[in-house]
Amino acid sequence: MLVRYLEKIGHSMIAGFENCGRVMMLVWDTYKLLSKPNIKHVLYQMSHLGVDSLPIVMLTILFTGMVMTVQISHEFIKYGAQSSVGGVIAIAMGRELAPVLTGVVAAGRVGAAITAEIGSMKVTEQIDALRVMAINPVAYLVVPRVLACMLMLPVLVIFADVIGTIGGYLVATLHSGIGSFTFIQSIKVFAVINDVIGGLIKSVAFGGIIAMVGCYKGLNAPDGAEGVGKATTGSVVSSIILIFISNYFLSLLLYR
Amino acid sequence: MIKLSNINMNYKGKQILEDINLEIKTGEIMVIIGPSGSGKSTLLRLIVGLLKPTSGEIYIDGQEITQLSETELNQIRLRMGMVFQYSALFDSMTVGDNVAFGLRQHTKMTEDEIAKVVSRKLRMVGLFGKEDTMPNELSGGMKKRVSLARAIAVNPEIVLYDEPTAGLDPIMSGKIDRLITSTRRIMGVTSVVVTHHMSSAFNIADRIAMIYGGKIIELGTVEEFKQSKNPIVQQFIHGEKTPGLLARRRGKTEC
Repeated sequence: MLVRYLEKIGHSMIAGFENCGRVMMLVWDTYKLLSKPNIKHVLYQMSHLGVDSLPIVMLTILFTGMVMTVQISHEFIKYGAQSSVGGVIAIAMGRELAPVLTGVVAAGRVGAAITAEIGSMKVTEQIDALRVMAINPVAYLVVPRVLACMLMLPVLVIFADVIGTIGGYLVATLHSGIGSFTFIQSIKVFAVINDVIGGLIKSVAFGGIIAMVGCYKGLNAPDGAEGVGKATTGSVVSSIILIFISNYFLSLLLYR
Repeated sequence: MIKLSNINMNYKGKQILEDINLEIKTGEIMVIIGPSGSGKSTLLRLIVGLLKPTSGEIYIDGQEITQLSETELNQIRLRMGMVFQYSALFDSMTVGDNVAFGLRQHTKMTEDEIAKVVSRKLRMVGLFGKEDTMPNELSGGMKKRVSLARAIAVNPEIVLYDEPTAGLDPIMSGKIDRLITSTRRIMGVTSVVVTHHMSSAFNIADRIAMIYGGKIIELGTVEEFKQSKNPIVQQFIHGEKTPGLLARRRGKTEC
């Protein structure tokens, strides 16, 4: 009984290390090829993965900014700190909410799409066809997606910063009775450009995580439609977990 | 020439291929037959370097390929084309883009030149004018033919066919068989065809190798094959039950 239990632990540890090794090899292979991307493919992926994600990111962040203002403005007004609401919203958006929520939305939309596409290519032997035609699947499939995600996520975050703050502004002025001048002045006083830059740096890392995890899960998808489905779910879950973990360490690094 | 020397292949603790020795001459059509799961497709994947054998050597025109890196293998693969069992067409691209894919990646040809080659190859497989069709609009047989056009677009020296007639009606199977022989006649390619359709094998083969339980149990010309005294071969040719064969297969499964 104990031996079987230990064997089980051993097997899962070996599988875990194997997975880590494979991920690191894929990251290394991608890194080596990052300097010579196919620009046409990168631009297509930027449009497909980045531009097409804009509506859902804007919708998510708009309502997040609005609901956050509803929650904090009531409390801040109670303690006479209504002049801080704009600054708090802008800093929260720039440092955390915009990059993290954009990352989570992108993990759900972009990460899932990458895994599903590459996974179905794998199970229908299209990846093997690429290799037989002397095309490196990492150069052809992974590199453009990684670059596109790393370049487009910061762009999405800039939009998210603006839209989230506008959402907060609308609720603060129309619902909570905070003056327009007070809200804007508060942003000018409290927020600094580094709040936004830190968020953008985070989003580059999140973009890399989403694309790498998406591609890895797709390239290693088990056979069959069920396998692709499992890989897609796994990709979204892993990306979101990694985004939250890395967000903590990046926040420590950037804002200490 | 393709030469496989003492090839053994294990996968997840199971021996898929055992001590395979096979030479395929330049320009020859070698048909590999055998029951499902006997290791035929694995053999094809070893030749093209998609899998590495557990032991043994594979030579392509004298160059040993099992120890090559992926980049070095790509130089060998440029001389090969492969028709996959389920065609493996890039489903996000049109038929024309599928056929042009290798040319765009590996040559400096202009789009006009590529369009001419694509048109010529599609005409060869009887799909002239289908450049703008998407793969999901094609029948199984048409997909196989596009897959062949894609495989021969870069004028390879070796073409590997993985079950090219599987799932096709007899008329379409005959068409694919004729395409395989005409491709060899026109382009002089060496062909390795994996199938379990005996009629196809007899129609196209210069020589036939039969794999059973991971081993080559018979190798010879079509006539030699038909005259084989091996009961397993005879059963495979005629599709009849042989009590000895069933018992042997059962015994192998139990092992």
